[in-house]
Amino acid sequence: MTSADVTPVLELSGIGKEFGAIRALHGVDMHVLPGEVVGLMGDNGAGKSTLVKIIAGNFRPSHGEIRFAGDAVHFSRPIDARAIGIEVVYQDLALADNLTAAANVFLGRELKRRFGPLALLDHKAMAARALELFGELRSETRPDDLVKQMSGGQRQAVAIARTRLSNARLVMMDEPTAAISVRQVEQVLGLIHRLKEQGVAVMLISHRMPDVFAVCDRVIVMRRGEKRADKPIHQTSPEEVTALITGAKEAA
Amino acid sequence: MAMPLESPVTFSNVGKIKWWQRGIFASQTGYVLLALAVLLVIMHFASPYFFTEGNMQNVAKNFSFIAIATLGVTFVIITGGIDLSVGSMMCFSAMITSMVMTELSTPGSPAGALFVHMAADGKTVLANVPGLILLVSILAGLGVALIGGLVNGFCIAVLGLSPFVTTLGMLSIVRGLGYVVSNGRGSFPGGPDADYFYALTSGDILGLPVPFIYLVVLALAMAVVLHHTSFGRHVFALGGNEKAAELTGIPVVRVKIEVYVICALAAGLQGIIISGWLGSAPANMATSYELNVIAAAVIGGANLAGGIGGPLGAIVGCVLLEVIRNGLVLAQVSSYWQQTLVGVIIILAVLVDRIRSRMI
Repeated sequence: MTSADVTPVLELSGIGKEFGAIRALHGVDMHVLPGEVVGLMGDNGAGKSTLVKIIAGNFRPSHGEIRFAGDAVHFSRPIDARAIGIEVVYQDLALADNLTAAANVFLGRELKRRFGPLALLDHKAMAARALELFGELRSETRPDDLVKQMSGGQRQAVAIARTRLSNARLVMMDEPTAAISVRQVEQVLGLIHRLKEQGVAVMLISHRMPDVFAVCDRVIVMRRGEKRADKPIHQTSPEEVTALITGAKEAA
Repeated sequence: MAMPLESPVTFSNVGKIKWWQRGIFASQTGYVLLALAVLLVIMHFASPYFFTEGNMQNVAKNFSFIAIATLGVTFVIITGGIDLSVGSMMCFSAMITSMVMTELSTPGSPAGALFVHMAADGKTVLANVPGLILLVSILAGLGVALIGGLVNGFCIAVLGLSPFVTTLGMLSIVRGLGYVVSNGRGSFPGGPDADYFYALTSGDILGLPVPFIYLVVLALAMAVVLHHTSFGRHVFALGGNEKAAELTGIPVVRVKIEVYVICALAAGLQGIIISGWLGSAPANMATSYELNVIAAAVIGGANLAGGIGGPLGAIVGCVLLEVIRNGLVLAQVSSYWQQTLVGVIIILAVLVDRIRSRMI
């Protein structure tokens, strides 16, 4: 997996970001290999979110270069990042409450059938595919139910199902296990395993140490806008990661 | 990328939502429709004239006069916006239509030479191509509405101004322009195509007023667009969660501009139809109609917070307003009470919806 001849799906070099006088990120180098699950950890304000937003195309980096599958890329909008195969599951899930689960899964890339000059939505096909995706997630979610009426876990399933629609090569998950039941945490972690089996790289942004140690191959710790550690998971321990996050240990 | 299922999904602890708790039965539109039915029954017993053919035609015609604009404003309201300029837009479109029609029908005027010639008697004006003047003048009227809608949409979607302020400004701008171009006087549809114009705007087909037929066609088209096209889906998504819409790659700016253009075009068309019925386009035409139009949309169940609304609700709201107005006239109640009652109904309709959503 870590052999040098595999092209990293994502490679960042010297990424920095300033907001006015505030330096949110400084000199971040990192890479993610295909089929690798990388945990991104850090306290609030450590720069995790900024980093994720740069990779997802929400912000442009002030410095540094992003390479995707070996090619340098520049995103001006999130849709650019999505077009080349980067999907994000946002912490607030980015769902439209007034639409059904299936409508949310297919939002912005609806399936259509042509009737002469008209392209009408193919409700049946979308519902069927959404049900399939929820099945893979082992989530009890009906495609025709409104998101408004759903539990936290179901909403999470809808947001994750959305990333499964395209052939994403890198899925970033922002705190996917923060607000759901224990059983559904298991399901989400199971899904991460399945993505990994198919060669999809996953970046897991999480505060939950057990989840990170359960699924990640490698953990990256951020502190004060800099990368402080980048270690295979079996060479570190929750205690060491906690120390790195809080600053008790400067770097590893 | 389909992954094999380990076992089919079961719904052991997620109940299915009952049919009466979803769809139209759980919407404000449903309740208002019910209220309307009750009102119709009461009217039937209160006045023997209510269900006569003449009165029904009257009601159908009258509510059609604001319902087309209500369909348009419903699009905007679903996205969470508002358009206060519909009343002025109705007037301006109607005015431009009749002014262009009159201008093109004047022999000897620079544009007129292309479209009309004098008959041999030297008095009658004949069209070179029948209907062409009508077409051009209606397109001119809709054209100014299109421009107004584009300006609204540009200010709101691209410049990020608030819809309320932008369209409040547009209300004044367009009304002012109407006074400027007409010098404060009304304008009248005239010339050889005027008869076609009246037939198309205030005629009957098989006993149905034509505005009503336009309304039904447009409402059906709107239902298809809202529920069966990706544009409609994006309109709802925009009202539900604008940030999510943006993150999922929906062209938010384009959709917003499009809804304001649709709204302005609907208002323009409505204005042209009203002027056909009035026989003129006075400069103070449709003053404060925006309030009736928005009230009808809100009574019919469109949510000003965005995300909810539809053509049925828009029509139900308009019908309810018109039946109340008509009922008050038949009951010989002073028509001044109408406005007061409309206000009460707006609040009641929204209140009932609030109570219902708390109960579930």
